[in-house]
Amino acid sequence: MAGKRQIQEINAGSMADIAFLLLIFFLVATTMNVDTGITRQLPPIPPDDMQVTEDMRVNERNLLPIFINTYDNILVAGRPTDITQLTDAVKQFVINPTNDENMPTKKNVDIEMPDGSTWTVPVSEAVVSLTSDRGTSYDIYIQVQNELTRAFSEMREDASMAKFNRSFVDLGDEERKAITDAVPQPISEAEPRNVGGN
Amino acid sequence: MKKKGKGGIPPISTASLPDVIFMILFFFMISTSMRETDILVKTQLPSASEVAKLEKKQLVSHIYIGQPVDSQQAQWGTAPQIQLNDSYQRLPDILEFVASERDKLSEADRMAMTVMIKADKSTRMGIISDVKQELRRANALKISYAASKTLAAGQ
Repeated sequence: MAGKRQIQEINAGSMADIAFLLLIFFLVATTMNVDTGITRQLPPIPPDDMQVTEDMRVNERNLLPIFINTYDNILVAGRPTDITQLTDAVKQFVINPTNDENMPTKKNVDIEMPDGSTWTVPVSEAVVSLTSDRGTSYDIYIQVQNELTRAFSEMREDASMAKFNRSFVDLGDEERKAITDAVPQPISEAEPRNVGGN
Repeated sequence: MKKKGKGGIPPISTASLPDVIFMILFFFMISTSMRETDILVKTQLPSASEVAKLEKKQLVSHIYIGQPVDSQQAQWGTAPQIQLNDSYQRLPDILEFVASERDKLSEADRMAMTVMIKADKSTRMGIISDVKQELRRANALKISYAASKTLAAGQ
């Protein structure tokens, strides 16, 4: 004898095929990679009629010129330097621990803290100027930029540990801004020279 | 009474297969983003340890610089090319490219627009700084040099 009549179930066997089809569509039409990169702020083009006044000029002791030549050699303030020493050289220069006469000046800056107090901190006025040649390879240029970024983020980390006793990445937005004001990232990317003849 | 049924192993139930596939599908839908352009230049990115993630994808415009891919080399040679959107362009076209990218964004987002330079690591700095100069002229001052992340400190 037949059982009770029931409404027949919808066959779900092809559901897997449909799902596979959608899956394959998304695999083909999308990309997974997240954009990562070294961010920089370019200087605006100065107007043609701009006069260079005395206070706009960077004091020579504040300037750390880094030049990468067409053979990918790195010159820091005229001295050949290996890329492994670059971070320390930059940190040493910017922090100027001994208040050397020939190294960058510091200016006391009042920074508003999130809790309402002001924090007076000596901010180094150093400027790192990175110049390359037209024939310099992009690879070494990025490596140098990477070392510079590392130098400044290590200094921010140190400042954050000293001030808040917390790592820079764990800070809130306002605290992070205070540290960023205390340790700016003054990297100037000058236009390249053309010595290599490329 | 004997139980009805064939002997041997019963077939494996595939009823949960759609669920599994749907799970994979949702994973891909969430973790990926739509491919927008066909890349016509070879870009092997340099690697760096101090890279930052660009959070908002819609604010980022890409400029690709590198050797044309093999299929285009017959026509374009092997000299580095600049790719904007879907085709090779010349330097002066960057101004227009930046303007059109900026128009796509809302008023509030325009200041936060970032131009990402995706250049091959064997490229020379000459073409890159020409592009940078053009970007300054177009007043797109937030840039990012694309680099892949390495764990070690670059050495």
